[in-house]
Amino acid sequence: MKKLIIYIHFLAAAVALQAQEDVYPAKPYAGKLYITNGTIHVGNGQVIENGTIEVNNGKIVQVGANITVAADAKVVDVKGKQVYPGLILPVTDLGLKEIANGVRGSNDFSELGEYNNSIRSIVAYNTDSKIINTLKANGILLAGVTPQGGTISGSSSVVQLDAWNWEDAAYKTDNAIHLNMPTFISRPSRFAVFAGIPQPPTDPAKEALKKVDEIKTIFRQAKVYLQETTHKETNLKLEALKGLFNKTQKLFVHANQVKQMLIAIDFVKEFGFDVVIVGGSESFQIADLLKQYNIAVILEDEHALPTSEDDDIDQPFKTPAQLQKAGVLFALNDEHAESRYRNLPFNAGTAASYGLTKEQALQAITLNAARILGIDDKTGSLEAGKDANIIISEGDILDMRTSIIVHAFIQGRQVSLENKQKQLYDRYKYKYELK
Amino acid sequence: MRKYCFFPPGKRYFLLGLMYITYLAAKAQVTFPVNGIANPQAKCFAFTNATIVKDVQTTLNNATLVIREGKIVSVGASAAIPKDAVVIDCSGKFIYPSFIDIYGDYGVPVPQRQGPPFDFRAPAQLTSNTKGVFGWNQAIKSEIDAAKLFNTDDAKAKPLRDLGFGAVLTHQKDGIARGTGALVSLATEKENLVMLKERASAHYSLSKGTSTQSYPSSMMGAIALLRQTYLDAQWYKSNPAAEGVNLSLKAWNDNQSLPQIFDAGDKWNDLRADRIGDEFGVQYIIKGGGNEYQRIQDIAATKATYILSLNFPQAMDVEDPNDARFVSLSDMKHWELAPANPAAFEKANIPFCLTASELKDPKQFLANLRKAIEYGLSETKALEALTKTPAIALGVYDKVGSLDAGKVANFIITTGEVFKEKTVILQNWIQGDKYNIKEENWSPIAGTYAIQVKSPAGASNYTLDVKSTSDASIIAKDTIKAKFSYDGKLVTISFPTEKKPRAASIRLGGSVTGDVWNGNGMDADGNPLLWTASLSKAGAPAPDTSKKKMQSPLGKIVYPFNGYGWDSLPKPETILIKNGTVWTNEKEGNLENTDVLIRNGKIAQIGKNLSDANAKVIDATGRYVTPGIIDEHSHIAAASINEGAQSVTSEVRIADNLNPEDINIYRQLSGGVTSSHILHGSANTIGGQTQLIKLRWGANDEDLKFKGADPFIKFALGENVKRTTSQSNNRFPDTRMGVEEVLMDAFTRACEYEKGCKEAPTAAAPASKKKTAVNAAAAPVRRDLELEALVEIMNKKRFITCHSYVQSEITATMRVAEKFNFRVNTFTHILEGYKVADKMKAHGANASTFSDWWAYKTEVQDAIPYNAALMQRVGLNVCINSDDAEMARRLNQEAAKCVKYGGMPEDEAFKTVTLNPAKALHVDDKVGSLKPGKDADVVVWSDHPLSIYAKAEKTIVDGIVYFDRARDLELRKKIAAERNRLVQKMLGEKKSGSPVAPATPSWQVVLSCGDHDHHDGLITVDVNENDANAY
Repeated sequence: MKKLIIYIHFLAAAVALQAQEDVYPAKPYAGKLYITNGTIHVGNGQVIENGTIEVNNGKIVQVGANITVAADAKVVDVKGKQVYPGLILPVTDLGLKEIANGVRGSNDFSELGEYNNSIRSIVAYNTDSKIINTLKANGILLAGVTPQGGTISGSSSVVQLDAWNWEDAAYKTDNAIHLNMPTFISRPSRFAVFAGIPQPPTDPAKEALKKVDEIKTIFRQAKVYLQETTHKETNLKLEALKGLFNKTQKLFVHANQVKQMLIAIDFVKEFGFDVVIVGGSESFQIADLLKQYNIAVILEDEHALPTSEDDDIDQPFKTPAQLQKAGVLFALNDEHAESRYRNLPFNAGTAASYGLTKEQALQAITLNAARILGIDDKTGSLEAGKDANIIISEGDILDMRTSIIVHAFIQGRQVSLENKQKQLYDRYKYKYELK
Repeated sequence: MRKYCFFPPGKRYFLLGLMYITYLAAKAQVTFPVNGIANPQAKCFAFTNATIVKDVQTTLNNATLVIREGKIVSVGASAAIPKDAVVIDCSGKFIYPSFIDIYGDYGVPVPQRQGPPFDFRAPAQLTSNTKGVFGWNQAIKSEIDAAKLFNTDDAKAKPLRDLGFGAVLTHQKDGIARGTGALVSLATEKENLVMLKERASAHYSLSKGTSTQSYPSSMMGAIALLRQTYLDAQWYKSNPAAEGVNLSLKAWNDNQSLPQIFDAGDKWNDLRADRIGDEFGVQYIIKGGGNEYQRIQDIAATKATYILSLNFPQAMDVEDPNDARFVSLSDMKHWELAPANPAAFEKANIPFCLTASELKDPKQFLANLRKAIEYGLSETKALEALTKTPAIALGVYDKVGSLDAGKVANFIITTGEVFKEKTVILQNWIQGDKYNIKEENWSPIAGTYAIQVKSPAGASNYTLDVKSTSDASIIAKDTIKAKFSYDGKLVTISFPTEKKPRAASIRLGGSVTGDVWNGNGMDADGNPLLWTASLSKAGAPAPDTSKKKMQSPLGKIVYPFNGYGWDSLPKPETILIKNGTVWTNEKEGNLENTDVLIRNGKIAQIGKNLSDANAKVIDATGRYVTPGIIDEHSHIAAASINEGAQSVTSEVRIADNLNPEDINIYRQLSGGVTSSHILHGSANTIGGQTQLIKLRWGANDEDLKFKGADPFIKFALGENVKRTTSQSNNRFPDTRMGVEEVLMDAFTRACEYEKGCKEAPTAAAPASKKKTAVNAAAAPVRRDLELEALVEIMNKKRFITCHSYVQSEITATMRVAEKFNFRVNTFTHILEGYKVADKMKAHGANASTFSDWWAYKTEVQDAIPYNAALMQRVGLNVCINSDDAEMARRLNQEAAKCVKYGGMPEDEAFKTVTLNPAKALHVDDKVGSLKPGKDADVVVWSDHPLSIYAKAEKTIVDGIVYFDRARDLELRKKIAAERNRLVQKMLGEKKSGSPVAPATPSWQVVLSCGDHDHHDGLITVDVNENDANAY
């Protein structure tokens, strides 16, 4: 049995460079690959001790405890380590936003205009973003790259995080249309709240409902437009909504308030769309209702303060467990702009501390996310027929003490875990003569 | 005769005449020419047979009040009635001194803000827009005199007179120093004559009002500005040549002898104001905020007289549960308890005045006052708060506030005891002139009258039953409702002759003279008629129903005033934590199966098999016991964080504006945090003085402070201080080159200031802000709060925590410090610290950083999560901090990332959030490790303290269990029950027809340094320096 170590360490280069230009996307791996002796967390709740994964031409062939390793195949022995499906960051501006504040030129995540139905995030996705490699190093291998701005922001696409360019990266293009639900709470100016200045009486609900009516009108127009076989004039905005009606695309509704989510249910009832709530901080209040309409939820921000002063101090932490109990399909996201999305596994870890089992928490960042994004036929769990998107950790990936990724595979390709930050680490270990 | 006779026989027409002609002749002012015939009047009146409430202590029955020329001549049972007095029989009537409103702006124009509120991104306004011989800051308006701005305004005076007010202390409610107030009467006379005292008070606040100048942009800035102005004014007394003439400071000094009134507007602000007063020997009269009952003992300790508004919150419409959800228990409790505020003052024996200002509708005043009485305020105290107390507070009790000879003739005549619901104020006499309020009620008109109608058709008789001045019926076979009105003199009556639809009516009009009415009219057929009516039976006086008993018991006052508060403040206990895995952070390391004994707030003993018969035992089997977490960089528990308006603001102090009721204190206790270093923000190079606190949930602001800790100050470098996000920065500096020079300049000035103070304490000193020192040998030193703090740094009495990112600025700052012979104590954020860790070590700095933050702006592009480990390996004392109210709850997990990134040993990693920050903050002799003698700041964890699965089960500060996860579960039930009770009560209020306000979310203000985005919840409002004029 050959043990192959392909962990390439460009130490010398790293000392000279600090811009990750020497971190290369992996070449396709043809043939068989075995990952052996690991504790395999399948992603669907199942755990296989001392198991093996057989991969052929980038696809998982079989997963189990008693798999014979073929001769001459590449073998990665992960004895004592934990094996997981590659993590999925479901909704993100990754590759669209490089330097957040103060550098407008680096921002491509938010477009002008109200109804940008035809805007596509994939065309602006920058595979050379320095953020991407830091996510891979924490086990995140796929991301739903999402546009922002306006009421309808456009369509997101799922990318894999080891690519030369966006066409290579595209994993599922235009998987969802994103809608920002109008707010039913008119937030006062921060100045006014602080200064105790009374706010002019407004009726935010009235404004919101007016906007909702506008949105529904667009969907109704799209419906009749799409029923026509020929058009006198082509309307790109209405064309772009086709996937919602033929169910090749989902409608991702960004909403946190109960009233916003109740309106989202209307989109299921009237148009039959596949609706996913993104945000959902208040979803625990209507979990049963969401379940009834098969509305999935992507919880945006697990590490958040409770909404109101009176809320249970652990409310956001335990929201996943409340959705789980109600049977709602949900995924966890990490949109934390300062740590840049790399703490996704720890969001799941917190959910596991507050009511989910560890395997349920894992599923919320793997298989559930794949289902919601519409890629569960290809990934999300370590099951036969799916892409070999696999990560291997020293220990429990949900706990930062032990969450140290040692190998990662995307479609069977063993990808580099190097990144700019590790290179800078090496550079200064060199300066200080540290090992 | 009727029981309540209007006039003695023979005098009936006299008063009637007065009613119509009194004010045809206005008061004459001597120097003013008369256009027409002079009409001198003695204006002498005698009010007889009245119940006279002379003052709160003295009520005279069947007494006489004599006034002349606007003054009281005599009061008493046997007061002589002068011959020229017009006698007014007040049998059955009550006479009270008119009320005094000590907090009005009657007759003074309300200034409008010229320009938009401060926006951090917009160009700063660095100088005052008030042109002329005035001070440097637009919010210091000590030169304003209300007397000079005042105009009589009958339209504004009348609503106040209707409530019983006779005098108002009026001032312009604008600015931090607001100039003087004037005491005026509410008479409709020439301004000269209504001015009872033209310089009656001086006014202050914490709000800069219409000032568009950038400074101050925070509450602590406002406090610092007040403190510095006190010092500047003292210095100005020496006529320093360097200052020239400064009319603002001159007026400030001139105003000091007056009663000083501070508009604080909130219970904590009351204490803040009082502390400013204490520092400068001033006892303010404090205008409160209506929530003082929540901390009444602290309020009593100020020894101030208070001014209270009766502007109680309205019930909210909480029908929709989704709206009600966002209304906090704290706001609902305040709605319930606010009317009890005046009673709380009375009970605590704190003197207070009441004001009608701030009421949306002045007519609510008496209704709200009755509500306050219903909630326990005595009527005597209410009267005192409206008469004697304000008069004493202003030193004008010789003029107003009681009915004594020589005082101004300001009094009201009422039908009964003044605060009873059925009582009507009939007349309000001001400066000896009568103002009609509801004179038609002077004589009760209710009763049964016999009407005789004579028309060409013959005579007919009717019986009229009068209920009130607008309600009467004809009693015949059927009772027929009449249309009836009576205005005190004239009466109109119309009624159908038969009770059937569209029956024709008889219409009568006439006048009332005592019990006899007569007049003319038309009968149902349109024939003219004459009629008379006379009283046959007087109506019984309506029962007084004002003494309502409160139906349901009120909620408790809890500390802090929210759902997670305590019924009473907890006390230290003897606690024995048994059989845990104890991480000591000492040389003993981590001890298995070990006990920790806590006594008198300190760690008494650590060892095996300890016992104490008196101890409360916590079983820690399978648990981990560690020192409490110390957050080196936090922005919780403060009312403002950033004074961003100038590049050097070392005069501002976080300690001046602590908010001990921030719910994030409790939430962070649940994450094992026991101490937090509350830093000024990063808006400017030299920020404000910081405050180390202990998370003593429930304590007041003073008791929150970590006692005996060295004082610190926040500095900042880089993008924030050069205002990178602004497209139009005009505040120096705009580059890192400039940032370094700001430091050089500040410390150079501080050196010279110190030298000046040392060499000649009474001689020359640096002059005003931003100017070079002027040597004027005779001038005494101007104490400069800004430079004083910098001198403390140079003398190693104050220590710097410096926000910093990139290596160039870190090195440059260390070199500046070295030039002035001090050290930068701590670099915070310090995300490029790993690049210059060796230099930092040589300099002697500590490092306090984030575990894994990066890429949120340009200066953090090279941030790496290995930073902490690298710096630690080079030999620095490294802390992991939060700078984030949410993340602070998980600092143990952030510390664990040092294990993940860079392989720091676990116990070293845990020290980055415990012992290391204790060292950086110079409190490692008290906290940071578990050692007998140290403070009992201890956490019991459910799991390995670096694990994501670990929860703080108990968090102990000074031997008090401030957080207990089991108790927390109980509190949740209590909160739910209390919320439901109050929601139901509000629903009841709505059902009863009382007006309700829309449910307003209880916005949660989260302060931040302005360094990066924070995650706003649905009802969270994140305030950083971008909005920072906000306070």
